[in-house]
Amino acid sequence: MTRDVLLKIEGLRIEGRSGDTWTEIVKGVDLTLHKGEVLGLIGESGAGKSTVGLAAMGFARDGCRITGGTIDFDGIDLRRATETQRRGLRGKRIAYVAQSAAASFNPAHRLIDQYCEAPVVHGVMSRDAAAKDAVDLYRRMQLPAPESIGFRYPHQVSGGQLQRAMTAMAMSCRPDLIIFDEPTTALDVTTQIEVLAAIRDIVRQFDTAAIYITHDLAVVAQAADRIKVLLRGEEVEEAETRAMLDAPKEEYTKSLWAVREFQRPELAPAAGTPVVSVRGVTAAYGTVNVLEDISFDIHAGRTVAVVGESGSGKSTAARVITGLLPPSSGAVLFEGTPLPPSLRGRSREQLRQVQMIYQMADTALNPKLRLRELIGRPAQMYLGLKGRALETRVKDLLHLIELDPAVYIDRLPGELSGGQKQRIGIARALAAEPRLIICDEVTSALDQIVQEGILKLLSRLQEEFGLAYMFITHDLATVRAIADDVVVMQRGCVVEQGPKAEMFTPPHAPYTELLLSSVPEMDPDWLTHLLDHRAAAG
Amino acid sequence: MSTVIRMIVTRIALGVGLLFIVSLVIFWATELLPGDLATQLLGQAATPETVAALRAQLGLNDPAPVRYWAWLTGALTGDFGVSLANNRPIAELIGARLGNTVFLALYAAAMSVPIALTLGILSALWRNSPFDRVANAGALSAISFPEFFVAYILVLWLAQTGIFPSMVRITPSTDFGDRVYMTFLPALTLTLVVTAHMMRMTRAAIINLMASPYIEMARLKGLSPLRIVLRHALPNALAPIINVIALNLAYLITGVVVVEVVFVYPGLGQLMVDAVSNRDIAVVQAVALIFAAAYVGLNLIADVLSTITNPRLMHRR
Repeated sequence: MTRDVLLKIEGLRIEGRSGDTWTEIVKGVDLTLHKGEVLGLIGESGAGKSTVGLAAMGFARDGCRITGGTIDFDGIDLRRATETQRRGLRGKRIAYVAQSAAASFNPAHRLIDQYCEAPVVHGVMSRDAAAKDAVDLYRRMQLPAPESIGFRYPHQVSGGQLQRAMTAMAMSCRPDLIIFDEPTTALDVTTQIEVLAAIRDIVRQFDTAAIYITHDLAVVAQAADRIKVLLRGEEVEEAETRAMLDAPKEEYTKSLWAVREFQRPELAPAAGTPVVSVRGVTAAYGTVNVLEDISFDIHAGRTVAVVGESGSGKSTAARVITGLLPPSSGAVLFEGTPLPPSLRGRSREQLRQVQMIYQMADTALNPKLRLRELIGRPAQMYLGLKGRALETRVKDLLHLIELDPAVYIDRLPGELSGGQKQRIGIARALAAEPRLIICDEVTSALDQIVQEGILKLLSRLQEEFGLAYMFITHDLATVRAIADDVVVMQRGCVVEQGPKAEMFTPPHAPYTELLLSSVPEMDPDWLTHLLDHRAAAG
Repeated sequence: MSTVIRMIVTRIALGVGLLFIVSLVIFWATELLPGDLATQLLGQAATPETVAALRAQLGLNDPAPVRYWAWLTGALTGDFGVSLANNRPIAELIGARLGNTVFLALYAAAMSVPIALTLGILSALWRNSPFDRVANAGALSAISFPEFFVAYILVLWLAQTGIFPSMVRITPSTDFGDRVYMTFLPALTLTLVVTAHMMRMTRAAIINLMASPYIEMARLKGLSPLRIVLRHALPNALAPIINVIALNLAYLITGVVVVEVVFVYPGLGQLMVDAVSNRDIAVVQAVALIFAAAYVGLNLIADVLSTITNPRLMHRR
């Protein structure tokens, strides 16, 4: 069954500006979308998927320009159309759902006012009709309290709910096409499922065509009829979803699968005195307890993965260990002796033993310092290295993280790629020669292939120096790859902990079960089966 | 809602505390002046007896804290004492002039705030267009000239031709229409001086937000550029704009000395200048306290307004 073509893009070329030079970021992409069809657009960051998605609305971000090709939407040439004509289509016939709903809703207006804006401005319906319609769509998107949720401001609504409200808003004019730009990437696994299911259902209900942009193949497999893989602005291959999953043709596509296969060898159970031991810690922000009596150990040469959704207290546990947040009761032991609860009470030697690597390497590195200083400072401060000895140490550290000192030592963070910046974060932590490194979501902001590189590097360094890692993550694929022991947290409590093999073998604690079953699998029927299964289980 | 009321009450308490500290500083500063007030007033030739008599009359023999307390309690009830220069009650001297100053400030604000906001919004909307460049260049030139220069140019241009009076002769009985007409030139001078600051802040605050994801979202909803700026950028840019407006209003009340002198406008600034040259310390203290109160009050209002225009502070989770 072939339906009418809705969108036809041919030979699309887009340039992006960096400084004074324009470089091509989309190099001749073709795309055909039929009415009611969902096309998955996947690739790593920099592949040009968002740029292509926006071009389907005849839109180029500031600093980008469409330089070649045709974009034909239902007989309208979007490149030749006037800006007024394009504006008439946007929001009405082609709608957009952004990656971060929290940032893309205007903080100054209530959700329902933002919902009603497009229908009223485009003259589709009156404000009252739009407001009634909003409640109906909020209900279809399974938002709680659909009659009243629209009267809230964006900051009063959770991330997963905002993402659903944004999908409802995109539907407000009943468009023919919706561009979903990484709509679930910023969400927890359990929330991701709900949003994914809601998006899939609503698109089917209204027979809306969609372009679903993501870097996660397993996610797109649940929603898309066809999948197109992009790499550096060019198409790698395109196929029906099942065909693509069963038999990817290109090496690059296969490599997207392979990433999740990295795994460390199993270690014998831990023994001896742990490097760091968290004992019955309760901690609070103000009067609200965010950690309730949590205990776990981290041994030398081992990785403890702390898993849980946002708000479960994972990062707070790290703050307690580092002394940033003194606990209200309980203690943190370092090699059997209690550490002073607050950072200020700790000696420089105690501080040196625990280092951190952060999620956003971009914001964790001082953009004005060269790598020499960024990495050199902890070595200077904790170990008192100076002059030639310091320089040698910095060079050794750069070698360790597989960056050539001759090339990189005098660079600024802005001159590095995302993965390289994260490597600098690792080198800076290593420079202090710590016993424990806390890795807070260190791979979440990175592409799969870059992630794999970072995980391998961390493993190698661990073997070499017998480091202990506390690995905070919400990504169970990462846990499977790197962890020795797992601590599962929910609402400030430890719900389950033990060696990895045990954690991944049933029976699980109910919450662990929920987390594990929420990780998307490379099977187009996975979501359907899972939802059926959960419905049956009640 | 109660959090906002609590915030306002806290701010008012802080403002009062701040004014109290300012009053201490004002009082102390005059204490630090060289020589004795009585000697200063009577001059070098005075006999010790007359000086002693005046000291007793002014209460200068009391210890400083006692005099401070008397001054402060007087000021709180509107009694600032008598002028040392002409023995008239200071409250009476200030009364009419405060009204004039506030009138001029409001007049200038009524012209400059709408102009600044409109120009700021339009130049943000047509960023880097000829309009934007001309508006910016004009605003910057206006702010770069000293006030008296602007004032004299206007006098030369609009008063010599007889369109507007170059001197403001107003009395409490002058009716509103005449007041507006006669005060036009000083108000226009002040408008030219303060508009640039507010306009550029409006432009910068809006442009700063134009790269936000929610602005991109608004563009992708097919909204017109004007609607995007007015409805999506401006509400989020209000806090900095309100603060810079408050700062400029405070300036209009406290910083207009030069303009008042040029146009012989009977405002507080003139009074302050005269009092300083007459060494009329009591008047200087009173006017300084009023200026401080205007600053604190306007900033207080700005704080409250920025809070209630921010839903994240108004509507807690």
